[in-house]
Amino acid sequence: MSVAAGSPPRRIVVVGASLCGLSAAQALREEGFSGEIVLVGDEPERPYDRPPLSKQVLRGRCGPDTTLPCRPDLDLRFRLGTAAAGLDPRARRVVLADGGTIAYDRVLIATGTRARPWPGDPGSGPLHTLRTRRDAERLGARLADRPRRVVVVGGGFIGCEAAASIRAMGLDVTQVVRETVPLVQALGDAVGAMVAEVARGAGVDLLTDRGIDGIEAAGGETAVVRLDEGRRIETGCVLVALGAVRNVEWLAGAGLAVSDAGVRVDAECRALTPDGRVVPDVFAAGDVAQWPSAVYGGARLAVEHWGNAVAQGRVAARNMAAAGGPLARHDHLPDFWSHLYGLTVKLVGVPDGADRFAVVQGTLRERRFVGIYGAGERTVAAVSVDSARWLPAYRAAIAEGAPFPPFTGALDQPGFAPHPLATA
Amino acid sequence: MSPTLFAQVLDPAHRADPYPLYEALRRSPVSRQDDGTWVVSSHAAIARLLHDPRISSEDLPDPPLFRWTGHPIQDLLVRPIRSRIVARHRPFIFRDPPDHDLLRRHVMREFSPGRVRRMRRETEAITGALLDRLEGRAAFDLVEDVSYPLPVTVICDLLGVPREDEPRFQGWATQLATALEPNQRTDAANAARNEAAFTAISDYLRGLIRERRASPRDDMLSGLAAGRDGERMNDYDLVATAVLLLVAGHETTVNLITNGILTLLRFPEHAERLRREPEIAPRLIEELLRYEPPVHYRTRLALADIGLGDATIPEGAPVVLLLAAGNRDPARFRDPDRFDPDREDNRHLGFGGGLHYCVGAPLARIEAEVALTAIVRRLPRLRLLDDPPPYRPGASLRGPRRLRLAVEAPVGAAR
Repeated sequence: MSVAAGSPPRRIVVVGASLCGLSAAQALREEGFSGEIVLVGDEPERPYDRPPLSKQVLRGRCGPDTTLPCRPDLDLRFRLGTAAAGLDPRARRVVLADGGTIAYDRVLIATGTRARPWPGDPGSGPLHTLRTRRDAERLGARLADRPRRVVVVGGGFIGCEAAASIRAMGLDVTQVVRETVPLVQALGDAVGAMVAEVARGAGVDLLTDRGIDGIEAAGGETAVVRLDEGRRIETGCVLVALGAVRNVEWLAGAGLAVSDAGVRVDAECRALTPDGRVVPDVFAAGDVAQWPSAVYGGARLAVEHWGNAVAQGRVAARNMAAAGGPLARHDHLPDFWSHLYGLTVKLVGVPDGADRFAVVQGTLRERRFVGIYGAGERTVAAVSVDSARWLPAYRAAIAEGAPFPPFTGALDQPGFAPHPLATA
Repeated sequence: MSPTLFAQVLDPAHRADPYPLYEALRRSPVSRQDDGTWVVSSHAAIARLLHDPRISSEDLPDPPLFRWTGHPIQDLLVRPIRSRIVARHRPFIFRDPPDHDLLRRHVMREFSPGRVRRMRRETEAITGALLDRLEGRAAFDLVEDVSYPLPVTVICDLLGVPREDEPRFQGWATQLATALEPNQRTDAANAARNEAAFTAISDYLRGLIRERRASPRDDMLSGLAAGRDGERMNDYDLVATAVLLLVAGHETTVNLITNGILTLLRFPEHAERLRREPEIAPRLIEELLRYEPPVHYRTRLALADIGLGDATIPEGAPVVLLLAAGNRDPARFRDPDRFDPDREDNRHLGFGGGLHYCVGAPLARIEAEVALTAIVRRLPRLRLLDDPPPYRPGASLRGPRRLRLAVEAPVGAAR
């Protein structure tokens, strides 16, 4: 069992002023930490919630201010609008982009991810991404002008949610997806095919199996998207949704095990060196952290999920506040949700490496079902569409390492008919 | 050998205070009783089973009753067909997905926010009128004068059943509610009474549905009869649903209101607080739903072997989810036997959970809030005349049969 170092910290610096950082700060106070907490953030805003940006905010159901509730008695010091530029674990200080430094007793790396930009995107004009509040404001303003057609590039969750939201605003949408169906990497081909059908039913011009040769600015807010098959789409707005890049560049030279997959940590959220030793007083959590999952036999996971950001931030906080005594372990089973075209999609577990899929309750045709993912003899994940109330049973089974299927005899259950799963 | 713990729960002798039995049951929270029923009594295990797809609400059909009437067409044709239809179109609390979901969705749509707001205003008016009638009385029975007539009037108005017809189905509703009590259900004579009551109430409702179809009004029965978005339930399901709503409206909230006043009179500091701070009513009602829920357990059926901790509930076993025991589980609630409206994170099981979570919960909350707040305000000095009061026979739908109260200060005229 890992045990915390002896002396209590006086100043804890949290790099990354978002959901994870704020959850950690709040947990630090709940753990009784009375020292100084500094939150460093590159965006000028107080921590805010991101999931609504591609849904309610985009559709104008609520304003772009999704600031997370923050109790005043947390007594936090914010250094906002300044990115961290370096970490010096030996001197125990964070270097800021404006040249300043902040000394720490313990530091939490929670810098998350950023949207992967289109190559050469200047961040203005017809090209958009959707990750920050400013992105949402700029895109929202553009959509308010009702451009003649919006092109969404990418078939991941942000691309699909945005396409659904923009279509629901009554705008013409073309979604260009490199894979055979949307969401295929996240949910596999069967669920992806259902989403494709729903998207087309909602009037989205969904082009799958299609690459983009280039996007040409055509003056002002218009652009021409050139598809690999030669077709040209003239558009007043392009949303580039090609996934996320982890914000780890600032850690170069810090001696941490860092890669595109994130900052490697142990189950106690402590940062590791490339040869696997604990870096004293440096912790990481949230989208940027890659942790060994006990549920999946120690496989390293890094997920971009709301729930993990909260849970891992809290575990890290507990361990940062600890002075002696056993450390808490992050044994979280990942889960997330999405709202698409009026459907609620929820996933528990990690389907990476799964080779089989089966609908176990309801039917794909009715768009109301629970599906499970199998890797070898094990059930590793379950997805629900408008049937989330059953997920706790599957969650418990997955956490316990259940076989595939985890159980039979469930109600509203078709015959068990697993299919090979394609995720590309 | 003494009877198993759950048999003791069913024994009316323990109706007034079943909680020590629940505590004893929680010592092995998933336990088999002598008759093969499994009783689940910890919060964690109940919560897990409420979300487990191997748990069915379509419990075993009752054994067919064969009473020879001497009329061959009746005995050999009409009755068997009718029994089969009734068995297939049971109310949705006794149905599984996908049928359950479709039927429930129809009802949920009728609980629109606008209609619920209107029901609050109506509930206030009805409560005021009921309390007006107590003026000048030195003592009264809360059940007869307030707890029973209030939800009954509300459900009649909501559904669109004429209030003046209400006395006709009081008896039917009480009879049909025995379907939730396992010992009553296996009793052949009671099953026959249930069938007769169901036939009578269905005939009544079929007539009313016909009227509402011909000239719709702004009530739930008209809405359900008309359907929405081109979806409409068939008439058998419609009658079963209407019966369910009527019975639930008659037999559950009455306990919530009566238990509420009983609890407030046992802990007068909370009555005083509700009088001074009516804004605590919602929290107080939630705590009441934990502390003295109107429904103590629900019965389900295991569709497969279900492992829970050290126990395995076998396929085909009847499962009793003892919601009221989960509500007093010290592993989930600190100091569970204390009535504490300030309790944080009060995730009680008073309305059940999962897909069968009480469809009338918003209505029950409104009724209890309005009634309790009005009673403590207008009758600030009430005294319990019997404690414990006499209880109705049900162990699942548990509540006082009578709650006699002495009025020690006059009823104020103002509402």
